[in-house]
Amino acid sequence: MAANKNFLVGVFDDEDVLVDAVKTLRAKGVKIHEVFTPFPVHGLDEVLGYRRSRLPIAAFLFGITGTSLALLMQFWMLGFDWPMIIGGKPHAALPPFIPVTFEFTVLLSALGMVATFMIVSDMKPYGKPRQFDVRSTDDKLVVAIDVDVNKAQDPSAITQLLKDSGASEVNKKVFDDQH
Amino acid sequence: MQVSSAIRDPLITGGKTLKDVSHDISRHVENKPNPAWMMAMAVSLALFAFGFYCVCVLLWEGVGVWGLNKTVGWAWDITNFVWWVGIGHAGTLISAILLLFRQRWRMSINRAAEAMTIFAVICAATFPLMHMGRLWLGFYWALPLPNTFGSLWVNFNSPLLWDVFAISTYFTVSLVFWYIGLIPDFATIRDRAIVQGAKTRAAIYNALSFGWSGGAKTWMRYESVALILAGLSTPLVLSVHTIVSMDFATSVIPGWHTTIFPPYFVAGAIFSGFAMVLTLLLVTRKVFKLEDYITIYHIELMNIIIIVTGSIVGIAYITELFIAWYSGVEYEGYAFYNRVQGPYAWAYWSMMTCNVISPQLFWIKKIRTSLVATFVLSIIVNIGMWFERFVIIVTSLHRDFLPSSWTMFHPTMYDIGEYVFTFGLFFTAFFLFAKFFPVVNMAEIKSILKATSSEGQHGTPREVGKTHH
Repeated sequence: MAANKNFLVGVFDDEDVLVDAVKTLRAKGVKIHEVFTPFPVHGLDEVLGYRRSRLPIAAFLFGITGTSLALLMQFWMLGFDWPMIIGGKPHAALPPFIPVTFEFTVLLSALGMVATFMIVSDMKPYGKPRQFDVRSTDDKLVVAIDVDVNKAQDPSAITQLLKDSGASEVNKKVFDDQH
Repeated sequence: MQVSSAIRDPLITGGKTLKDVSHDISRHVENKPNPAWMMAMAVSLALFAFGFYCVCVLLWEGVGVWGLNKTVGWAWDITNFVWWVGIGHAGTLISAILLLFRQRWRMSINRAAEAMTIFAVICAATFPLMHMGRLWLGFYWALPLPNTFGSLWVNFNSPLLWDVFAISTYFTVSLVFWYIGLIPDFATIRDRAIVQGAKTRAAIYNALSFGWSGGAKTWMRYESVALILAGLSTPLVLSVHTIVSMDFATSVIPGWHTTIFPPYFVAGAIFSGFAMVLTLLLVTRKVFKLEDYITIYHIELMNIIIIVTGSIVGIAYITELFIAWYSGVEYEGYAFYNRVQGPYAWAYWSMMTCNVISPQLFWIKKIRTSLVATFVLSIIVNIGMWFERFVIIVTSLHRDFLPSSWTMFHPTMYDIGEYVFTFGLFFTAFFLFAKFFPVVNMAEIKSILKATSSEGQHGTPREVGKTHH
């Protein structure tokens, strides 16, 4: 596959300059592969046209699973399997079951959402990520543009556009491995 | 673009650049351990070793080595449990609740505070486990697992069981929230190690960082996860200490059976937790030279929270006294009369002095911006909060309904030894954290650097290569 091999990497120092640069690039029809920053930049995902994350929906679904499981467990254990009269109260009543239900909801919601996040973001403790610029976790904000995907533009035109938008450096990056 | 008022105190002083932030915080992880750290670890390991001996004796001989008796069935064990759980709550409040309230000053302190929470909850959990005596049976019997006793299930009506679910959930969610926040910073350390040619460090932090690359899409998801976790952690922290308070509130003992306990305990937890955060951070910022990140302004804001929660606790004490009289219930009335002038009055008045009077001193600006005063008062607050739990538990138990059962409680070396064990555990864990993990959340600080630093408040784009070492 020709894509995902040759990249132009624009290096920026300031997040506001970066956001304006991304706007300019997209207005000129340049397709951006990804932007790498050491910290989350507000407004960047809107200008990149990213859809809002659906992780909150996942969290909600895991949560109601937790609620259902916890209620089912308690009602079955104390209501059907081995009903006991504790303190003269009914075998299985909702009010005392609320704390465990709530805690279990939160537990499944949190763990499920985080696991989903790590899976969809391809986060694993082995292997090395693709580094476009090793300073992108330190103090530089980096725009990666796939040259082969942007067939309509000349690489030197994109380079000039990046420089005009405030990039302090524009580098080429070639990946030999197929990630 | 973020907007910040020019009249607010800067959150990061010293004209820091992004590179400075990475350097100032990563260097402590990268450097070899210095003598001060070695000394600190030696002391905490010594405490841990002595405490561990006491724990072993307890598990071998049984709970009889403690000073408990039939009347006073809970004393230091549960006092310490509630004390540690309470301390843990400040970390979650800083991480979660202050995030929801968009208080950007939380960013330099939340990592250390969350670490404190996790270690405090571990310390807290040792007490319910040890007080069971046969903890190797007790810890899984507390869970609703199928078994050969006809499948005997746990009692879901009991707050003691709610505690099991609450504390384990609280620990797990806090751990996950803390770790997710650490991932971008581990990536920073990994990449710095690659640049510096430190192969082992690069490999270790590569594994710890889970392949983080910092792409905009991942950051977007990360912020979503952080917000949801904060939204989940907020009711969690409030519910956990409420459930802990219900260990007492749902009983019939005078002095325990009161509806004021849930809010009173939660406020008290935040109160003692912030005091512990201050104690730890005042030392950490000095030793790690982080005064530009954890500024006097941060210290002052934390002290203000201490005034607020300390005042709530003070009002709760007065309410309890009032209701003890106004209710006309002779047992409740006697319970408080006994606290004020019975054999444990010394503990009650220590509690009142430490908890009601000392936080009120922070109304004076000079005191709340003074590092020495803050440090001293933070320790006094924690001592006071220990006495509060001791007073609630022991004075209510030692003289309840039947005068012929009234007796005194005296701690043994093993009661004190378990407490020392948890101090050893807590400080060992905290010092390990301070050495191998970045103590301040670099990524979050960088995200507010432009808007809230003393230089950035003018909104100028950063110049290339301007670093301050």
